Amino acid sequence: MSELMNVSSSPHVRSKDSTSRIMLDVIIALLPATGVGIYNFGFKAFLIIAVTIASSVGFEYLSCVLMKKKPTTRDLSAVLTGLLLALNLSPDVPLWLPIIGAAFGIIIVKQVFGGLGQNFMNPALGARCFLLLSFTGQMTSFTYDSVTGATPLAVIKAGESADLTKMFIGTIPGTIGETSAAALLIGAAYLLTKRIISPRIPFMYIGVFTVLIAIYALATGVADPLYFVGEELCGGGLMLGAFFMATDYVTSPITPNGKLIFGAMLAILTFLFRMFGSSAEGVSYAIIICNLFVPLIERFTVPTSFGKGAVKYE
Amino acid sequence: MGLLTFKGGIHPFEGKEMSMDKQVVELWPTGEMVYPLSQHIGAPAKPLVKKGDRVLRGQKIAEAGGFISAHIHSSCSGTVKAIETRRTSGGNMVMSIVVDNDGQFETVDFSQNLKPLDTLYTDDVREMIKEAGIVGMGGAGFPTNVKYSPKNENDIDHIIVNGAECEPYLTSDYRRMVEEPDKLIAGLTIAVNLFPKAKGIIAIEDNKPEAIRILREKIGKSDKLSVNVMKTKYPQGGERSIIYANTGRTLNSSMLPADVGCIVSNVDTIIAIYEAVCEGKPLMERIVTVTGDAIANPINLKVPIGTNCNELIKAAGGFLGDIPPKIIAGGPMMGRNMVSLDVPTVKGLSAILCLSEDVVSASETTNCIRCGKCVEVCPSRLMPAELATIGEHHDTDKFKKLDGMECVECGCCSYVCPAKRHLAQTIASTRKQILAMGKK
Ligand code: SF4
Ligand code: SF4
Repeated sequence: MSELMNVSSSPHVRSKDSTSRIMLDVIIALLPATGVGIYNFGFKAFLIIAVTIASSVGFEYLSCVLMKKKPTTRDLSAVLTGLLLALNLSPDVPLWLPIIGAAFGIIIVKQVFGGLGQNFMNPALGARCFLLLSFTGQMTSFTYDSVTGATPLAVIKAGESADLTKMFIGTIPGTIGETSAAALLIGAAYLLTKRIISPRIPFMYIGVFTVLIAIYALATGVADPLYFVGEELCGGGLMLGAFFMATDYVTSPITPNGKLIFGAMLAILTFLFRMFGSSAEGVSYAIIICNLFVPLIERFTVPTSFGKGAVKYE
Repeated sequence: MGLLTFKGGIHPFEGKEMSMDKQVVELWPTGEMVYPLSQHIGAPAKPLVKKGDRVLRGQKIAEAGGFISAHIHSSCSGTVKAIETRRTSGGNMVMSIVVDNDGQFETVDFSQNLKPLDTLYTDDVREMIKEAGIVGMGGAGFPTNVKYSPKNENDIDHIIVNGAECEPYLTSDYRRMVEEPDKLIAGLTIAVNLFPKAKGIIAIEDNKPEAIRILREKIGKSDKLSVNVMKTKYPQGGERSIIYANTGRTLNSSMLPADVGCIVSNVDTIIAIYEAVCEGKPLMERIVTVTGDAIANPINLKVPIGTNCNELIKAAGGFLGDIPPKIIAGGPMMGRNMVSLDVPTVKGLSAILCLSEDVVSASETTNCIRCGKCVEVCPSRLMPAELATIGEHHDTDKFKKLDGMECVECGCCSYVCPAKRHLAQTIASTRKQILAMGKK
């Protein structure tokens, strides 16, 4: 009896984790924020989300077919990209806009570079920034309860104060998914406990940002520094960006120390953009810029191998 | 809290409950016995018998073929049928002595090998270990007498018994610790006394409370021996991990454990030392766990070396259903795929694991998503994602620069990779290529 069995080298077992399972978990973690977005902005938000996801998946499939590759739609990464892009859009955008965004994100940012894992920029954020530059008007008009208003961060930037409780819960103008810090934190807790994301990037990002803002508040003599810090933390895309987009595997460093540096760089850039830039927002641009530095960061943070430089014991 | 451990590693499905509580059963083989001349690292042994010779159980049938080599003893009585190449569990053809087992197990008188313990010098003990043909039984198969004769004898301060048994499914070491604690302690005492400054540590993972309890109780108060409890995590029993967990010392691939004052031995090896020195018995048998979800009655067997693996499967009640797609010599993380069961039990075989599902060939490799999980779990703190890519491109210089040679081939990276990349496999084969180039 010399029957040949399946031959392969060790290890012979694998964890249950898979790419699609991880994508699904991130999607699940975004559901609270998605829910608040739809509750907040109504059916039009739902429509935007549906159209963005559908067109992302469609473009993913199409580009795979055109490039004669096996369609990768089943790994759910295009669904996630679509959802993230939608959550980054104003609920007032016309429905053709997310389709253009999805086409840009999926085809230009992701597939042209070789698909999942090869892109150097987060596709959803790439698309958002592209839309911001090309369709600034549509992208930055926010209505809430039928009133066109400024986002809380813009209000603060103008020197006034916003309602912190509302900002935490999310009943404020903003993009579909960024308004509710509470819902985003619930999702973040899910990702952290399931160890889908490492805390290194978001904690470093938020931590350093908090310190910088606090120093700024004290230095410039803001009326209520604590309140100001709270507003900056809950406002804008910080929570969404820190937990869901800066942690995008593909476009963040894989080395443990690299993650810390990446988080700190994000904090500094976001701070500079928000406090000294012309717009109230800064998270998206900060992430996109830092994405470009990832290869460099990785090169300088190669972990020290175990036992390197160990000395013989005498 | 406060358990000894290392950084990195994984928690795979343990699968130990299948055979953990099964008392060791002796297997007396009926078929022909095959003794490969290479069951250890180093030069193959040289046959001392020829076709037609009658041999006894315990008789030396091949002697060490060099300084790093080991004797081989017959584990049955019978007639030498042939000296020819035979297939071993790894699939290679190896020159082997084939004995027609007469089923009598007529044994040589071991007492002639014995000397009163108190008259033994350390070199006598080493000689007895060598005579008994003992090699590391955790799989590597390094000759034990060589391991216990380091140049810096006076610097050795820790003898660590690897009772971690961190590979899933394996329970042979556990059974030995629970069933034969006295032999283990006596064997360790012998090993410790080879060195002026050594202390003995039996290091066990915390998922084996029974073994910890029994050994602690038996050792009692002692300034030479102790039991250390380690966190259950793979690869806690890896040589570098276990030394780090128990002493805080680190070593790299260019060093031996003796360089940091340590010697690490497997449970079975220490018991073999006891049997060699106190019973005059050569290494002729070992404990093999036969387990897996495709096995009818998972079992721990005391098996004479040379026994055909089909007999082991039979002793475990055979397969449930058809021949399973995956049969592994050893554990699922570092064991070797068996291409055939028609191969002999060797000194380094800790288990035959039969799995009804081949998860590896069922999963499809996709693009690396750069999740960093492989980096997190690597006990050698490497960047497996990067190393595997470099390996695929055969860029050996860059591979060395990123310390790829420090890989211990534990397989953690492949295990966790959500993209199911064959990281450890690629890295291991690149390492082998580089090592082979270095030898030329
Ligand atoms: S675990 Fe796999 S997918 Fe993740 S970084 Fe490593 S190689 Fe890439
Ligand atoms: S690179 Fe080597 S040492 Fe590191 S996890 Fe993979 S197999 Fe283990």
